[in-house]
Formats: sequence, C-alpha cells, structure tokens
Amino acid sequence: MSTALLPRVSPSRPRRGALIIGLAGLTSAVIAGTVIGPADLGVSAVLRAMVDRLPLIDLTPELTAQQLTILWDLRVPRVVLAALVGAILALAGAAYQGVFRNPLADPYLLGVAAGAGLGATLAIALRASGVITMPVPPAAFAGALVGVAATYLLGRRFGDRTPTTLVLAGVAVASFLTAAQTYVQQRNSDTLQEVYSWILGRLGTTGWREVLLILPYVLVSAGIILAHRRLLDVLAVGDGEAAGLGVPVARVRVLVVAAATLGTAAAVAVSGLIGFVGVIVPHTVRLVSGASFRFVLPLSMLFGAAFMVATDLAARTVIAPAELPIGVVTAFFGAPFFMVVLQSSRRPAI
Amino acid sequence: MRIIGILAAAGLLLTACGTGDSATSASLASGTTAPSTTTAPSTTTGLSPEEAFPVTVGAANGEVTIEQRPEAIISLSPTTTEMLAAVGALDQLVAVDDQSNYPEGIPVTDLSGFTPNIEAIASYEPDLVVVTNDIDGIVGALSSVEIPVLLIPAAVTLDDVYSQIEQLGVATGHAAAASRLVAEMVAEVDEILASVPPADPPLTFYHELDPGLFSVTSSTFIGSVYSLVGLVNIADPADSDGFGYPQLSAEFIIEQDPDLIFLADTVCCGQNAEVVAARPGWGDLRAIRNGAVVELSDDIASRWGPRVVDFLRAIAERTVAVRTGS
Repeated sequence: MSTALLPRVSPSRPRRGALIIGLAGLTSAVIAGTVIGPADLGVSAVLRAMVDRLPLIDLTPELTAQQLTILWDLRVPRVVLAALVGAILALAGAAYQGVFRNPLADPYLLGVAAGAGLGATLAIALRASGVITMPVPPAAFAGALVGVAATYLLGRRFGDRTPTTLVLAGVAVASFLTAAQTYVQQRNSDTLQEVYSWILGRLGTTGWREVLLILPYVLVSAGIILAHRRLLDVLAVGDGEAAGLGVPVARVRVLVVAAATLGTAAAVAVSGLIGFVGVIVPHTVRLVSGASFRFVLPLSMLFGAAFMVATDLAARTVIAPAELPIGVVTAFFGAPFFMVVLQSSRRPAI
Repeated sequence: MRIIGILAAAGLLLTACGTGDSATSASLASGTTAPSTTTAPSTTTGLSPEEAFPVTVGAANGEVTIEQRPEAIISLSPTTTEMLAAVGALDQLVAVDDQSNYPEGIPVTDLSGFTPNIEAIASYEPDLVVVTNDIDGIVGALSSVEIPVLLIPAAVTLDDVYSQIEQLGVATGHAAAASRLVAEMVAEVDEILASVPPADPPLTFYHELDPGLFSVTSSTFIGSVYSLVGLVNIADPADSDGFGYPQLSAEFIIEQDPDLIFLADTVCCGQNAEVVAARPGWGDLRAIRNGAVVELSDDIASRWGPRVVDFLRAIAERTVAVRTGS
C-alpha cells in the first residue's frame, strides 16, 4: 500500500548508480573526516601516516608523536564511530518504516530515545549526588531496551497487535518516560548541562572504546535485518496478503523490530540522540533506488555512514576549535529535507 | 547555538554540588560572628547611622527601598547565600534555595532558584528575597505582592562582586561589615597578585566545566579571574560568537598542549588528574606530565561570592609552582 508513496524509479541502472554514489560518498567522507579537523595535521602527512599503516608499506612518518596520537586515538576512531552509528540508525529507520508501513517511522519511534534519555539522566544525576557511579552508555542502553519492551508489552496486551497499536503504545510510553526524565532532570538542575549535552548528541572521543562497545550489537542487528530484507518486501503489500503468501508476519515483525531496537540502543548509548538520520537517509535512498528493501536496506547503511561522517566533520569544524552538537547539525539539514519528503508524499502518513 | 549557550550558562550558574572548605573562607565568613555595631552606636536601636532604615539599594531591578531591617530573608542562589552569610546576615535568613550548600548553618529548603514558585516563596513570609536570575517573571511577581526583591545577576568583574556585597550589606543592615569584608578581599587579592611575577611568554591553561569539554572564555567572570594572574586561555579562539562557554574539540586541546589544566568538574562528574590522564591522547600532555592538573571545587570555581579569593589563590599558587618548576 504505502510503497507507492514515493516515486518508483526503474530498477538496475539507478541501483548501480546509487551504489557507486554511496561508495564514493563514504570514501570521500572518510578521507575528508580523517584529513580535516580542528588540529591542522597537514593533508599529505595524514595520508602518508595512513598508508604507512598498510601491510608491507613502511614510510617515514612526518607527524610528531603528539600528532599521531591525535590522528589514531581521537580522529580515526571518531570517524569509524560516526560511520557505525550512521549506518545502524539509517538501517534501523528503514527497517521500522518497512515493518510499520509508515514513512514517518524512525528508530526512536517505540520509546528508544525516551528510555535512553531517562537512563542517561538517572546515571548522571545519581553520580552527581554521589549515590552510585555508573557510566552513561550502559544506563542509556538499558533504558532504551526497557522503553521498547514496555511499548511492546502494552501494544500486545491492549491492542489487536496491528502496527498502528504498537506505534500508539510507543507514543504513550515515550511521553511517560520523557516526563520521568524531565522530572529527574529538574530535581537535579546542577546536572542540566551534562544531560542536555548528551541529549543533543555527540560522538564521544574516548579512543576506540565506544567503537568496540557497539560493534557486536551493530553486526548482530544489521545481520538480522538484512536477512529479512525479502520478507520485508512481502510485508509491504499488507499483513493479510503476506500471511496468505506464507510469511509468518508477527514473527518477522518482532524479530526485525528487536534487531533494529538493539542496534539503535547501542548507537544511542554512545552518541546520544541524533535525530533525523533514520528518516532522511532511507527516504533519499528510496528516491534513487526504488522501494525494494533488498536495495533500500544495504544502501541505507552506506548512505547513513557517509552522511554521519560528513555531518560529524561539519560538527567539529564549522566553529572550530569549538564543537556543535551533532544532533543540531543533522536536524538542521534533516528538517528541511523532511519537508520535501512530506511534500512528495501524496497520501496521508497513516 | 543560542540554546547551547544558555544551557551552558545555566549549567555554570547551577553547578553547585559538593562542599568546599578552606581557611580563607572561614576567615572571610567570620563577618558572621563579628557584631555589626563595632562603630559607635548612635541610636537606641544600636545601629550606626549608615545602617539605619529605610534604605534604598540600587539593584539590577532598579532602586529598591527597604523600610525596615529585614529579619526573614530568602536567598535563591548559592552565590547570594554565601554573600549574605559573609556580611553577617546568616541569622536573618529564613530559607535558601536547594543549590545553596555553604556555609554551614544556612536554612536549606526545597525552594528552587531555577524554577521559582511564588507561593512557596511567599509562604515563608519573607521581608526580602534575593535572586540571581529573573526566571518566570519572579521579580515582578514578588514585587506585585509587595515583597522587596533584589536582583543580583552574575558578576562580570571583581568590582561587580565588591559592589554586590556592599549592596547586600546595606540592604540587610550590615553595611559596615560588608565594607570591611570588601576591604579584606581587596587586600588579599592584591597580595595574591603581587605573589605572581610577570612571565614571558605567558603560561596557557584549559578550564574544564564538564567531561564533554565545555570550557569558559576570558569574557566570562570565571575566565576573567585567570586573566588577572596573566594566564592565557586556550578557549578564547573557540568563541567566535562571544557567548563565553564553548565546547572544545579534544584534538584542539591536545594540539594546544596547555601548561595548566583546571578541573571544575571534580564533584559533579568525578574528574581528577588520574581520570584525565587516562583519556586517550591526554597522557602525554605537558600539564599532566608536570603534575599541573589543578582539581578545583566545582562550587568555588563557579560562584562569584566571597570565596572567589580562594579560587584566585588556587590559580596563583599553581601558576607560580609551574613557573618555578617546583
């Protein structure tokens, strides 16, 4: 039904074109993100240092020890983290849009963001009042999973298990958790700055730890979602029709939602709430490659990674040596784009 | 951008966790025990002429007339609480906000200076309310129910601090004690500044507000204190639009390799020299190798009250230590 919302482009050629654009975009974003930064390391020196890391090649380094530290401990892990976060948010967004047959669905739809926000705020507030010391990422991760679990249980229990019921349950849970988060935050106004800093989104710069932290979740999540890409295509024609074709609709939906949630929760845990990536990237991909999930899903990962690396580059260079929260940058580009997507949708969203 | 600035500023103003203590603050606060009538009493009330009421105080919300010596004062910010206690008005306080935590003996309540509630404030039947921010129109609301209110905004310079202390002294009937306190502070500041020889080239520093690498520039009050001892702030170039609280890139801090690192997030966020040294890329920084990481009390490094002298002393002592290589 709603796959017709967006213009269908004839297959094959545009898809290969999209793949090439995506690869070229990611490659150039990664190179730019590595070469450019608040610390001026010199383009050729950085490229030299990177080539030096390739096996069997040994170049004399031009960078000082301190500059190498900046490159390998701060800049490169940040680029990699941006790519991972962008890829998984875009993939999760595309998967949610497929499962719920709703072009406005984003990875935060079912309470991930509100749950993670509450978890992070609690961790920050409890640490400030000296009750318990807990790092923010695991708390945000746990909060995100609790949020979605609550949404799912509510939607299951009171509803007829249609996607719409689940989405509405998500709205209720998200409102409730946001209220709780705001309450905790107001009661601990001394932590306001740190909480907002987290909510606005920022790619952490604590070396490779965050990358290693989320990599397993990203791999599992992406693996499960991509494995269901054909079934999502069948699901797009409607629950009844898909069931008639022998697709276990409920099971596919639960699995894909669970996988997308896991990936989103991991991304949110290390990057805070980065909005719009999960909406604008899949829609852009759909515009160029057509609506089949077989192509939309992998291409969304590629474009999402490229988009996030480029956005983070903007976040840390536009007002260098100060930084913009990355959530502000993505929303700045995302909001106008979203209007265009809405304009091109000829039917109501639900 | 604007939102972030406001948030950063709010965070700074509200950074008010933990406790600080030092000999200096005790001596500064000793105004609380000193009788305010050491000047010859000339009236039957025991007040010196300059402490007779009514008084008119020029605050940020205009000229405020206080008819009688206030005996039920509410302070809605940690800094004004410290100022009031230091001029000797501790006994006149009936309630202070939930962020106030210094000195001992202040009547801490649930009142919030951040989300002030007019009814909750009025229920204490105050005869003077001191606020730092006119949030939610609180100044107008209090004035409309005829409760005198003084708006004492964040100071920009040390002179602001002195005049605010004197205003609060006059408003509470402790003008003489306030003048003495200011004279003491001026003398101490002079003494501290004299202990720091001029340096060429000047030392650089990084002041950390939180682990997200928010900092302050020289245009802020906290930043201006560093300028007094001749330190150069690495955050200054990061503030093109002049809002004072930029968030720095880790890359930039490492490239700048400041001579001194001041942590104002030791209480809120559990940061210390060891934690900072363990951050990726930070271990080789000059300040960390030389032991020039200064763990400040969050409170002292974010309030513009009488304890700013302690803040200045902490900066000066470490600056001298780094310069002499001891």
